[in-house]
Amino acid sequence: MALTTEESGRLVGLLAMHAERVVQRWAEIVAASLRGRLSQAELRLQVQDLHRSMIDAGAEGLADIQSESAGELRAALAELSRGWARQGFSATETAVGLYALKDVLIELADSGEVELRDVITFSGLVDRMGLFTFETYVQTREGLIADQAEQLLELSTPVVKIWDGVVAVPLVGTLDSARAQVVMERLLQTLVDTGSPHAIIDITGVPAVDTQVAQHILKTVVAARLMGADCIISGIRPQIAQTIVALGIEFGDIATKASLADALRHVLRITGVDAARRQPRRDA
Amino acid sequence: MTAGVDLSPKAQAIGSDEDVVRVRQLVRTVAVAVKLSLVDQTKLVTAASELARNTLVYGGGGTAEVTVVDDGRRRGVRIVFADAGPGIPDLTLALTDGYTTGGGLGLGLSGARRLVDEFDVDTAVGEGTRVTVTKWSR
Amino acid sequence: MERVPVLKIGDILLVSIQIDMSDQTALALQEDLAERIVETGARGVIIDITALDIVDSFIGRMLSTIASISRVLDAETVVVGMRPAVAITLVELGLSFNGIRTALNVERGMELIAASHDDLGPDEEMDDPEPGQAATSV
Repeated sequence: MALTTEESGRLVGLLAMHAERVVQRWAEIVAASLRGRLSQAELRLQVQDLHRSMIDAGAEGLADIQSESAGELRAALAELSRGWARQGFSATETAVGLYALKDVLIELADSGEVELRDVITFSGLVDRMGLFTFETYVQTREGLIADQAEQLLELSTPVVKIWDGVVAVPLVGTLDSARAQVVMERLLQTLVDTGSPHAIIDITGVPAVDTQVAQHILKTVVAARLMGADCIISGIRPQIAQTIVALGIEFGDIATKASLADALRHVLRITGVDAARRQPRRDA
Repeated sequence: MTAGVDLSPKAQAIGSDEDVVRVRQLVRTVAVAVKLSLVDQTKLVTAASELARNTLVYGGGGTAEVTVVDDGRRRGVRIVFADAGPGIPDLTLALTDGYTTGGGLGLGLSGARRLVDEFDVDTAVGEGTRVTVTKWSR
Repeated sequence: MERVPVLKIGDILLVSIQIDMSDQTALALQEDLAERIVETGARGVIIDITALDIVDSFIGRMLSTIASISRVLDAETVVVGMRPAVAITLVELGLSFNGIRTALNVERGMELIAASHDDLGPDEEMDDPEPGQAATSV
């Protein structure tokens, strides 16, 4: 599969000799497939870059895309496919960006500049370059998805201070184990940062609760207690109440309230009674 | 990627109280190096503390060996606690919450198991005990 | 062996644990505190564990024991400053802090101790309110 030193030498010679024509045609073919989503000038620059790295790598004997001398070429390919993946180009479009080089080679063969046999050999290399690009593309997209998932977690778990000494987490959407964990840590940290002894976990916006999620909420409440804070759960829907009972989950002595407003009133009453107890005119 | 961080296996003898503290510190260093989350670090160090104390109190001393493991997708920390003590006659019972022969809370083994991802006990009466725990990064 | 200092502030003893304690150090602290409570006639003990990055079952038991001892000696114990990761780990470990009062920070801990003394005689206090307390409540 790998190119011999001789073959790679011929490829470099070919690319160097017809540099202008190769770059021009390569850019044109790619441009056609992208239908103008990348300017001709930009495309030309990128193709030129690849073209140059191929020649540089080939000068040291471009046996294979995985070989040591191809380090720079791999970097150039990776940069190209990362860039395209970020700009939302499809995997096919990215791969075609490279496979266009094969068309250029065939055109060169048609005009008798290169042996057909060599075209086939070179095609093998281009294929492997394409596959490499594809892999980088997938990695980039996976990275993007992971980043977005994390951002989503951040977005969807706000912990807000709603009163002096009272913080609330309004949970919206499906709670999976990972998110429940993030919420738990975020809430507990906020209790410390704000010195708030009261927390309200509002689950009005949570459509369903399974055993694991219920366990996470319970653990949060217990952990908050260990730290010296009190948790109230509000907004339990009828279906969720049924699930909790059906699953046999013990909510024990954890305070639950119908709505966030009720929960806040409850907290204010506790602290209010506390304050009132020390007020001289409490019998009034 | 991890230039400057030594990830080679490290061993710590457990022969005294202070050694339990040293095991905790060693595990913490490695857990930070493989980038476990703060909660996971805390869980692993706590489990290590329980198991190191078991090695000292029940096994009459031994060693803890900390290694970095890699399954291709993620990295983790593996700790092996080994002693040549009396062994555990009834493992099921020893893993029960609240069961203790040493006057503790009986949460050492069973609690440590809940704090890690993988937990394995290899014990033979009269020969000793080997507890292997692993925590993976997420 | 290192010792954890016990500070006296008014009628409260403040212990701020700043080191990774060995089991012996923890036991010594337990004894020191019992002595100091009697010696000073303290009404409250605040144990600040803000600096502790783990609490295992041994330290958990020490805290419980201190709370029980101080109760016998008519002093209220409040453990303050537990880190979130530590709390999450303790829940997983299965350690319940039964009988231990906790607060987010030293200030809240002092309020708790002050409030528990109020409970003893609210009526007397109405006749003779202590100056600082009326102000904090409103």
